Amino acid sequence: MAAVTTPDLERQAERAESRRGFLLGLPSIIYLLVFFVIPLGVVIAYSFATRTRTGRTELNNWNLEAYRRLSEEVVRAVAFRSLWFAILTTVICLALAYPLAYFISTRRPTTRNLMLVGIMIPFWSNFLIRTYAWRLLLDSDGLFTQMASGMGLGDGRILFTSKAVILGLVYGYLPFMVLPLYASIERIDWSLVEGARDLYASGWESFRRVVWPLSRPGVIAGSILVFVPSFGAFVTPAILGGNKKGLMGSYIVDQFMDARNGPLGASLSVVVLAVMLIGTLVYFRQGGRNL
Amino acid sequence: MGKGAARSTAEPMGASRWLLRTHSLVVYLFFYAPIVVLAAYSFNKSPIVGKWTGLTLSWYGDFLDHDNIQESIWISVKVCIASTLISVVLGTLAALSIERFRWWGQKTFDAVLYLPIIIPDVTMAVMLLVFFGETAQWFNVIPGVNLTDGLEKLVLSHVAFNISFVSVVVRARLANLDSSMEEAAADLYASRWGAFRRVTLPQIMPGVLGGALLAITLSLDDVVVSSFVSGVGATPVSVYVFGMLRKGVSPLVNAVSVVILAASMALVVASLVLERATSSQKGK
Amino acid sequence: MRETTIAVELQGVTKRFGDVVAVDDIDLTVADGEFFSLLGPSGCGKTTTLRMIAGLELPSQGSLSIHGEEMGLRPPNKRPVNTVFQSYALFPHMDVRTNIGFGLEMRKVDKDERSDLIDWAVSLVEMDGMEQRKPNQLSGGQQQRVALARALVNRPEVLLLDEPLGALDLKLRQQMQTELKNLQREVGITFIYVTHDQEEAVTMSDRIGVMHEGRLLQIDTPEAIYERPITRFVADFIGRTNFLEATVASGDEVVLTNGDRLRVPTSHPEGTAIAVTVRPERLTVHGRGQAPEGSHRLDGVVDSAVYLGNAVTYSVSVDWMHLEIRCPASLAGDRRSPGDDVTLSFDPDHTSVVIG
Repeated sequence: MAAVTTPDLERQAERAESRRGFLLGLPSIIYLLVFFVIPLGVVIAYSFATRTRTGRTELNNWNLEAYRRLSEEVVRAVAFRSLWFAILTTVICLALAYPLAYFISTRRPTTRNLMLVGIMIPFWSNFLIRTYAWRLLLDSDGLFTQMASGMGLGDGRILFTSKAVILGLVYGYLPFMVLPLYASIERIDWSLVEGARDLYASGWESFRRVVWPLSRPGVIAGSILVFVPSFGAFVTPAILGGNKKGLMGSYIVDQFMDARNGPLGASLSVVVLAVMLIGTLVYFRQGGRNL
Repeated sequence: MGKGAARSTAEPMGASRWLLRTHSLVVYLFFYAPIVVLAAYSFNKSPIVGKWTGLTLSWYGDFLDHDNIQESIWISVKVCIASTLISVVLGTLAALSIERFRWWGQKTFDAVLYLPIIIPDVTMAVMLLVFFGETAQWFNVIPGVNLTDGLEKLVLSHVAFNISFVSVVVRARLANLDSSMEEAAADLYASRWGAFRRVTLPQIMPGVLGGALLAITLSLDDVVVSSFVSGVGATPVSVYVFGMLRKGVSPLVNAVSVVILAASMALVVASLVLERATSSQKGK
Repeated sequence: MRETTIAVELQGVTKRFGDVVAVDDIDLTVADGEFFSLLGPSGCGKTTTLRMIAGLELPSQGSLSIHGEEMGLRPPNKRPVNTVFQSYALFPHMDVRTNIGFGLEMRKVDKDERSDLIDWAVSLVEMDGMEQRKPNQLSGGQQQRVALARALVNRPEVLLLDEPLGALDLKLRQQMQTELKNLQREVGITFIYVTHDQEEAVTMSDRIGVMHEGRLLQIDTPEAIYERPITRFVADFIGRTNFLEATVASGDEVVLTNGDRLRVPTSHPEGTAIAVTVRPERLTVHGRGQAPEGSHRLDGVVDSAVYLGNAVTYSVSVDWMHLEIRCPASLAGDRRSPGDDVTLSFDPDHTSVVIG
């Protein structure tokens, strides 16, 4: 009969509890191991594999050929173009989202919730269809095209151009910027702004010196959430950009479908993954988890 | 917004006030205009986009008659239900394991759990494509498992990303629970399972349901992963529609799009209503 | 002598969380039917001790038994005790009746018997008529009663209460204190009560255990703790005290810092640095030189006088320190003003010797 507890018994009880927790998580651990981590490993392995003459990928003769090819003209052009598109999209989203997020946070709670719901609904609705809606608008006889040329903004036919793709990306990912921004702005202690005003700061100055720095976590979180998917975007360029293979997403898909170059597709994917990981680290470093 | 009285300083004065309002209005128009236009054109009699010749429901009729679309909808539903059930169970277990216990390797698991959320779908698609390419033969060895026709692969792939989404939602709910409630249950003679069943589960149920709705939405909407992973015999509706969209604009596509959009919006509204209904029930 | 059974006994119980020692080698005995309080500031280990009795924490070391039965590693659902939590921990998705009956349900008590017991508990805490309500429809005080009923309905051998009145406003708190005390007498169950409010502990308890930094400093009746504190911390924590620093001269004499000799019994060895505690109400203020013989006298000057309605507090500078005196206002005739020369007197019998 266990009469007196000693540190060993206590540790035993703790260990039993730990084991229970581990077992609860085990099914998902195994699942993710098999269907996420291992596939990731296979892709990385592919990036060191060889491409046979017939386009198959052979998992021997490990080499760095696929990575060497990354430095080629074509590939670098694709990478930089994707980078540029992603940056542009992020900046535009920020410019559009910030005033909106700020405005929402100044509303009364009921209005605020309504406005947020108004963003959530298109946000969660089918991405594909929303992008297609722009395809409709940008069609040669589409409403947008007609309106643009009607308003004298030059040729409204921007479909299948970079402009259309950027437009689609911004449209698709704007909510990803609004929500974290709003969460961050909403948290600001406004008595700090009051204090700034009390110390003779103008409206603009109190924004620049107090509000903007305090909203930075939201800016960073939102930027990462827009940048990473934009960098690897596939659906938007496919629908609005035509069948070109000029961006990372389409270029990678092409490697596995038509060009049949598994290793290259894999090394490109590794690049995308690296971008994603850097983005995630920045996100977490900024304490983004709390958003 | 913190500190109620000070909130008034947040509201900009003068010109910027109207600038802000107008800007916000424009952004909301930006959000909804394409959707409204799409809906409008799905009722357009004329098959040519530019011309408006009158109202019709014929395109919706075509949609209902279209066998391939109907079949792919059915496939989507099957995949969706199966993958949602599995990912809800696994995701909830994962959430409990991380929030309520401490074990070695937990932090790593936590990090890995976040990856499917942030990973671009192209990368996920590539990963699963090459994985199934290499391992399908081994899976097929298991009796009853046949990965070639694609249905199983779809379910397995959807679960792979949905576990994380479900667990995030359930974790949020768990974190807000007063853990002394589970202690109280134990103090009142409940077994671990009894405490979970009578106290924890009812309280995280809104989270579990929210996670389920999220999983349903993501499963139905998924395009890239599904198109890489699906076989010839099992094309989910999102992939089918994607194929149609790439070919170009057509009134049939408009009608299909509106149906899908309406369905997904209904799901979103349902989950928001659920959220509202259950947060008012939560006591101190 | 009436024989009392021991309800709870802790021997050498220690609890470590990593490097932190939350509870440090305490020995504690609680008698059956007693209202026992664990009193101390935040972080002193009182809640941890309570949780160990409940089984929500396991001791790192030591023996814990309830009615003679060693608890060991027994989980909380196998212990004959129930807890009233600080946050009440009522189940929000169940109504009052189901909440109260939860423990009975878990113990598979038959439905009719359960219903009777719940009825009894509901009227015990005077919540009749509110049984179908959910916790979020109840006020703080009502929730507290439900938590109480939920625990008591199981007729535990010991009831553990973790600062249950903390969230209530002052008036309600005082009302509940009386009710809890009466309830305990009525039901006859041993109560172990954790609080940081010394007034609360003194009002309700049969005995108090004062804890500080994981150690149990003194266990005694409220009067003994008030009149005869053993350590400086206990003297300071309960009520207000004056400390006269001194050194032990012999078994019945100490020497104050100003050289005065005082006859107080002490068991501390010669030369130990101690303090003599004098409660403010045990000091009397007289005009200079007018203090009676037989008491110990100290001369000083009044620093401040604060009128409190039912009393007056003086701060008097004496030689090397300030002393606080509390006089009932009924002695209004002798009101002093700042700057007055006075003599203070006190009876050495009404002092205590403390170390630390």
